Amino acid sequence: MNQALKNELSVSTEPLLQVRDLSLLYGPEKGCQDVSFDLYPGEVLGIVGESGSGKSTLLSLLSGRLPPQRGLIGYRDKQDQWLDLYSASEAERRTLLRTEWGFVEQNPRDGLRMGVSAGANIGERLMAQGIRNYQQLRGAGLDWLSQVEIDPQRIDDLPRTFSGGMQQRLQIARNLVSSPRLVFMDEPTGGLDVSVQARLLDLLRGLVRELDLAVVIVTHDLAVARLLADRLMVMRRSRVVETGLTDQILDDPQHPYSQLLVSSVLQP
Amino acid sequence: MNDMSQTPVRDAAYNFAYLDEQTKRMIRRALLKAVAIPGYQVPFGGREMPLPYGWGTGGMQLTAAILGDDDVLKVIDQGADDTTNAVSIRRFFARTAGVATTESTPDATVIQTRHRIPETPLHADQIMVYQVPIPEPLRFIEPSETETRTMHALNDYGVMHVKLYEDIATFGHIATAYAYPVMVDERYVMDPSPIPKFDNPKLDMSPALMLFGAGREKRLYAVPPYTRVVSLDFEDHPFEAQQWEENCAICASHDSFLDELIIDDAGNQRFVCSDTYYCAQRVSQQEQGQ
Repeated sequence: MNQALKNELSVSTEPLLQVRDLSLLYGPEKGCQDVSFDLYPGEVLGIVGESGSGKSTLLSLLSGRLPPQRGLIGYRDKQDQWLDLYSASEAERRTLLRTEWGFVEQNPRDGLRMGVSAGANIGERLMAQGIRNYQQLRGAGLDWLSQVEIDPQRIDDLPRTFSGGMQQRLQIARNLVSSPRLVFMDEPTGGLDVSVQARLLDLLRGLVRELDLAVVIVTHDLAVARLLADRLMVMRRSRVVETGLTDQILDDPQHPYSQLLVSSVLQP
Repeated sequence: MNDMSQTPVRDAAYNFAYLDEQTKRMIRRALLKAVAIPGYQVPFGGREMPLPYGWGTGGMQLTAAILGDDDVLKVIDQGADDTTNAVSIRRFFARTAGVATTESTPDATVIQTRHRIPETPLHADQIMVYQVPIPEPLRFIEPSETETRTMHALNDYGVMHVKLYEDIATFGHIATAYAYPVMVDERYVMDPSPIPKFDNPKLDMSPALMLFGAGREKRLYAVPPYTRVVSLDFEDHPFEAQQWEENCAICASHDSFLDELIIDDAGNQRFVCSDTYYCAQRVSQQEQGQ
């Protein structure tokens, strides 16, 4: 095999994110401990578990918001360089968070700037990257509003005049505008009613495939996990109790807790 | 009004320039740091001054710290030498420091100002002292002080343009007319105090030292002489200073900053120079020319 082809293969099969023995405990079995996994480009990893099992803590650790007590997070950036997240400087972490990464909050009010218009919300990441052309920012705003199915005429409206579902879609647009490679989502369909949830999930699934995004999604809703995730991690009392392909876990759960979780889903 | 320098007598009951010597040393040390890092906000132990916050206590403390025996002080408020604030601050230093005061821009060595930079070009021996209400240019969009400090430290200034974007989206042009944010020496974003954006170009490569003091927030910062000061803008909406179609009703100047005065109940207006010394100079030159 020639060298170039070999390199190309190794790039696409190399993980994007490597996590080893990640731990942060607030008390015995409170928080998360001994979490290790690899995330590959274009892969969607779902983290499921009951409230208080450490899902959100894990997500904060992964996204560079909360330093762990133990463990390593390695990220392979666009230049193919491995970066140790918590030994990198805060400046590097911030740059990463607003360029190659995205974070979709459960409550859109935490992820949006509520005091400025939808267009400015979408343009903020681009401005932070040094784009100083108003027309270009405007164009990106209009383009992304239509991509997330919001009427582009509402570009100058404040997010607080939007419905919950629209705010969540705006938050997604704001994150995706910088064409990130890795997006973290914390219960993105949390506070939405069922029909809006379905539409948002449909949109997310489309965008994830189209943009070849790697996603880490935290959810307690197994239906969301089944729709979006390629792979699942089941967490309970701060530990990962089972990992595997989504269908495998949902159709044939091995761990007693996973079995309980799957069997407790209501069947309409 | 054209009666210029007079040397008053110092009231010996006060220490020179009101503040005690230790306080002045503390402010000078903070000032040295501010000059060394152009545009960086240095905290200092602000003192109570015998007038309320918002009347120029920050500027007065800096003036007190840098004033020497042979300094000549000019104080302007909205460009005018004869408004209440300017008159009382000038009289305050005349009494507590016994320094000469003047209304002439070229003769002054220290100029304390609120809202304006004089129209007459400054020279290298002069120090401008600005009174600043809110020193933090990021405050409007980020209320947390720890967060804004981190943003300054990490050069994380994307949000500054969000405000300008909002202006264009709402008004079709950058409508911010005063306290227009600037980038100092390609590093720190700075609030140039509430001067009109008309005066922003005068900050760039100025031969005079510029000192900014915020009394309530206890912060000071500086622009050393010959420092690049660039007003933030967009490529397709560049920075523009205000312009007037009218001329000054007194001196007929067409390139100075004009105040609009409503002169009767019918709403008739007149435009006059906001810089009273500049206007008076022009009038006396015109009289000599005739």
